Amino acid sequence: MQKFNTLKSIPAYMPIVNIDTDMIIPKQFLKTIKRTGLGKNLFFEMRYDNDGKEIREFILNNEPFNNSKILIAGNNFGCGSSREHAPWALLDFGITCVISSSYADIFYSNCFKNGILPIILEEEKIKELSEYSNRKEEIFINLNEQKIIYGNNELIFNIDPFKKKCLLEGLDDIALSLEKSKKMDSFEKELKEKKPWIFND
Amino acid sequence: MPNTLYDKIWNDHLVDQQDDGTSLLFVDRHLIHEVTSPQAFEGLRKSSRKVRHPNLTLAVVDHNIPTTDRSKGIDDADSRIQIETLDKNCNEFGVQLFGVNDKRQGIVHIVGPEQGFTQPGTVIVCGDSHTATHGAFGSLAFGIGTSEVEHVLATQTLVQKKAKNFRVNVNGKLAIGVTSKDVILQIIGKIGTAGGTGYVIEYAGSLISDLSVENRMTICNMTIEGGARAGLIQPDQKIFDYLKGRPMSPKNENWDKALKYWKTLKTDFDAKFDKEINLTAEDIVPMVTWGTSPQDVAPIDGKVPNPKNETDIDKRNSIDRSLQYMGLKPDIALKDIKIDTVFIGSCTNGRIEDLREAAQILKNKKKAAHVHAMVVPGSGLVKEQAEQEGLDKIFINSGFEWREPGCSMCLAMNADKLKPEERCASTSNRNFEGRQGRGGRTHLVSPGMAAAAAIAGNLDDVRKYQN
Repeated sequence: MQKFNTLKSIPAYMPIVNIDTDMIIPKQFLKTIKRTGLGKNLFFEMRYDNDGKEIREFILNNEPFNNSKILIAGNNFGCGSSREHAPWALLDFGITCVISSSYADIFYSNCFKNGILPIILEEEKIKELSEYSNRKEEIFINLNEQKIIYGNNELIFNIDPFKKKCLLEGLDDIALSLEKSKKMDSFEKELKEKKPWIFND
Repeated sequence: MPNTLYDKIWNDHLVDQQDDGTSLLFVDRHLIHEVTSPQAFEGLRKSSRKVRHPNLTLAVVDHNIPTTDRSKGIDDADSRIQIETLDKNCNEFGVQLFGVNDKRQGIVHIVGPEQGFTQPGTVIVCGDSHTATHGAFGSLAFGIGTSEVEHVLATQTLVQKKAKNFRVNVNGKLAIGVTSKDVILQIIGKIGTAGGTGYVIEYAGSLISDLSVENRMTICNMTIEGGARAGLIQPDQKIFDYLKGRPMSPKNENWDKALKYWKTLKTDFDAKFDKEINLTAEDIVPMVTWGTSPQDVAPIDGKVPNPKNETDIDKRNSIDRSLQYMGLKPDIALKDIKIDTVFIGSCTNGRIEDLREAAQILKNKKKAAHVHAMVVPGSGLVKEQAEQEGLDKIFINSGFEWREPGCSMCLAMNADKLKPEERCASTSNRNFEGRQGRGGRTHLVSPGMAAAAAIAGNLDDVRKYQN
């Protein structure tokens, strides 16, 4: 997984609440057997008209937001389906940080598996940061210091320490878990005695 | 310390716990399907890893599959590749698959319980957010992403942090024509689409115990629409009777041992919940959604809301956006909304009892001429059972199409989709923008309400149509 350290970008602001994963990447693009190539279809229905032409008013179709690495959005971002295609599409587009006041649980955890930092801030701070999108000014994110620097201001955000470590170091979850294989073995041995029906042996 | 059912299942599956609470949880049952698994198997292959316990994993094809005649193969190349890839992966890694031509094929959350793969007290995961369905059996069941699918395949465990406890009590009796679908829509309307975020919900109360196993599944199924990853119900004799003798249920001596354990699966009477709400069943009426979020719900005799009455600006904008997408004017009666399509099916309402409920309303009646109506049974076995009961004839005589099993128009990944601005009364679970097809407009309802809408040609009150 790609490491996340610091990031500087003009954020793109989408003032919509409950952006669901169907909006982020509609189902017709879930037929892929790859993780890559979804960026061009990110927010497909908001981004293209029925003839496949870019819709001018949609923020990500416009300079400089077509190069934004940071997306600011309304609350409950990523609700709905568990599709990891949603963070894959964001990543493939180039977005590696999302800022919202809340996320759906599955989407939130999917971000961390893909090197995307989902930051949770109060609504008031979201509004402040959205001004930088409106003014097309960069903001700066430092994960290690858990800091967002914007203009002459800065704010601290909270993040689970273990998730932070995994992002900073780009750690492979499975390899980490497999280090505990002795514990797994003994758990399973005990399980076979306690609940023999689980393994159907 | 007193514990909730969720606490107990959680504690019973802890392989490891770090000081910060990050835990490694054993997974008893893993369901996979063609859409969210290919990248996971690819990951295993790249890192030369195996599936740790192929016999704890069950694969089905459901999301992508056509619901028309499949004997001549699948036309759509991408769908075909995805389905073939699952076949290939299951072969290579030794996982049991209910493929396209298997009678047991169907929607993953219908197949699991049907086969007895779903069992009380287990941790069940699947790369699909409606995995919560299995919580009806008193299991901890939730949806995961593809990276997590790979993690479970490789380790039979999952990295998790514990959620908080939320109890929803529903007491009393439902009136005729009111179903568990109306109960869960009412709950979502009350708590909101993010109301359960960070929680596991336990459904309790006299109404929940009175519900059939399948009706409980409908409630747990839509838990994710209220933001909670998992919803569960204390298992009881109905659950044990349902599971007895199913192909993958414990047998003989193991059955006795399992049953003894299952009977211990209860929330302690003095357990503490972080959040709790109460509903009275008698207050619940047939519900319908008017907007583009499952929380946009109203009683069938209600009206489309007026954004002007909303003081919160974000909410007002959200209602505005929904009504524009849905092509609805504020303050019109919901019963005046004309529909084009009726879809009966999905992991929410594609089981035999759902089909019986709809058929009961449709018996000796015709759908409105302008309505296109289809029934997609949740599995091959549901289809077979329905045909034995003659339900297929009732649907066909009413003018419905009788299809092959799959997810179908619930998410419209196959050819079953709405056209732009087409309006559908649907027994599925999501009314998101574009969910059933680009520009398509979805009204979520119970199977009986879907049948009533088919007859009337507009949204209507099922209570008028009781046979």
